[in-house]
Amino acid sequence: MAGLPLLPELVRQLFSRPATNAFPSRHLPSSITGFLAKVARGEATIHPPIPTPPKFRGKIVYDREACIGCSLCLRVCPAHAIEFIPETKRVRIYVTQCIFCSQCNDVCPKNALHMSHEFLLATEDRYAESQIVE
Amino acid sequence: MSAEKAKKTVPYTVPIGPVHPALKEPVMFTFGMEGEIVRTVDFAPGQTHRGIEWMGMRRNPVQIVHLTDRICGICGIVHSLSFARAVEQIAEIEVPERADYIRTILHELERIQSHLLWAGVAAHELGFDSLFYLAWRVREQSMDLIENLTGNRVNYGIVQIGGVRRDISDEQRALVEKGLDYYQGLLDQMATLFLKDSTILMRCRGHGILSWDDARLLCTVGPTARASGLNMDVRQDYPYCAYGDLDVKAILPPPETGGPQGDVYDRIIVRLLEVGQSIGIIRQCLGQLPAGEILWEPKMAKLLSVLKKAEGEGIGRVEAPRGECMHYVKMAGKEAPDSWKVKASSYSNLMSWIPMLQGEQLADIPIIVASIDPCLSCTDRVAVTRNGRSDILTKEDLTRLSREKTRRMMQ
Repeated sequence: MAGLPLLPELVRQLFSRPATNAFPSRHLPSSITGFLAKVARGEATIHPPIPTPPKFRGKIVYDREACIGCSLCLRVCPAHAIEFIPETKRVRIYVTQCIFCSQCNDVCPKNALHMSHEFLLATEDRYAESQIVE
Repeated sequence: MSAEKAKKTVPYTVPIGPVHPALKEPVMFTFGMEGEIVRTVDFAPGQTHRGIEWMGMRRNPVQIVHLTDRICGICGIVHSLSFARAVEQIAEIEVPERADYIRTILHELERIQSHLLWAGVAAHELGFDSLFYLAWRVREQSMDLIENLTGNRVNYGIVQIGGVRRDISDEQRALVEKGLDYYQGLLDQMATLFLKDSTILMRCRGHGILSWDDARLLCTVGPTARASGLNMDVRQDYPYCAYGDLDVKAILPPPETGGPQGDVYDRIIVRLLEVGQSIGIIRQCLGQLPAGEILWEPKMAKLLSVLKKAEGEGIGRVEAPRGECMHYVKMAGKEAPDSWKVKASSYSNLMSWIPMLQGEQLADIPIIVASIDPCLSCTDRVAVTRNGRSDILTKEDLTRLSREKTRRMMQ
C-alpha cells in the first residue's frame, strides 16, 4: 500500500509562505557586497534576522572599570582568547579566538564580563578594532 | 588486447572520496566492482584528524568540557556529558538531581534534532529533496528550543563538571511543552511520509543488510545495532543521569513492519520511533523535575582546586544519537589530565559498511553509507603522520613494531 504521501503536502506548500527568513534582503540582490555597501551608505535597509533568544551568547562585553585584574577568566577560557596586560592590570579579549562559552562570565567575581546579543561579527581582519575587546 | 590483460581489469577498482559529493563525510573508499555490483569494500578514515585530545591534555577539565562540545557538530551535549561523567567519577563529585534531569532533557532534545537531520540527509541521498527540506524545516523547532535553553544553536556549552550551567525556568518549560506537542502531532505524518512512500520502500527495503550475527561480531552500536535486532541501549543497560528513574526500553523494528531485518529501511524505522521515544522521555522528565541546585559547586575557583587534586581513572558512557559514546580520562593530581581518549559512536559502526555494501549496486552506496549516520569528524583520531605521509596503523603493523622493538632491546 505504498504510494506518494508527500504529494498533497507539496501541493499545499505551493500556496503557503516560505518558512525561511529572507536575510539580509527580501529579494536576492545582483551583488551581495554591492547591497551591503548600499546599506552602509544608507540607501537600503537590511531585512532583520530572526531575533535572538533572551539568554543568547553573542559578542563579549567588557566593563573595564569593574575589572580588578584577578585573571581568573584566563584560567577557565578554553580557547586562550583572553590576554592579561600586566602594565594596566586589565585583560584584552580576541573575539576571533572566543568560542562563546561564556565561562569567563560565570567565573568573574566582579561581573565585569557579559555576553551581548551581537552575532554578525564576520570581518576580513582578525585584528580589526571590532574583533578586540579591551 | 591479450586475454591475460583483459582479465586484470576485472574487478574494476573505483575509488570514492576522501571528499566526494555522494558522501557527506570525508572518508576514502576503494570499491572492487564487477559491472554495477560491489564485490570488495575497503575504506580509510582518518582524513579529518584534528588533535583535539592533544589540546585537551594541555588544559584543565573546566576548559576541556567546552572543547568537547566542538568534537562533533551535531552531538553538542553527548561528548561534554560523557567527559563530565568521567571526571565526576574521578573526583567523586555527586551531580544534583535537578541537573541530572536537565541533562537528560537536553540529551533527548538533541536526539530529536539529530535523527531528523539524519532523516533529511537520507532522503537527500535518495534524490528525494522535497522530503529533505521538509525534515529540516521540522528540525528547526528543536534547534530553536535548544537555543532558548542553552544560549546557542550548536555548541550548547550547558554542561559543567558537577551539573549544568543553566536552569529551566517556568517560561522555558512551557516552550518545551509546546515544542513537544508540535512533534507529537507530526510523528504520524513523518512516519507516513517516510515509511509509506514507494520510492523509499523501493530503495531501502532489502538493501544494505547487516545480519544479527554481523552486527554482534562487529560490535555495532546504537540504531545500527538495534535495526539488526540487537537489544542494546546504554540508557537501558547502564542507566546514567535520570534514565534510572525513567521508563526507557531499547527500540527494535516492530513486528508490524516484519521485525528486525537489518536493512536501511529498518534503520529509518528505528530512528523515527526513537524521536517518539525521546518526546516521551522529555515529558516524563518535565513531569518529575525535582527542585534544588543545578551545580555541585557554583564557585568555579573551588571546583578547579578540587579537580586539580583529583587522581584516578574514569570512563563516561552515554548513548549518543548514533550509539554508545565513551570518554576515558586519567587524572594524576595535576591541572591537566594525564590522558584523555574519545571513542565516538561512529567508530564502532564503520566496520559494518563492509558486509552492508558487498553485493549492492554502485548507486546504492550513498544511502547505505549514510544509513549508519556516520560522523567521521568525531571518529578520526588514529592517524599517524610521518615524513608528510599519513598512515593508519593496523594490528599487524603494531605487532610488527612491537616485535622489532623487542629485538632492538635485546641487542
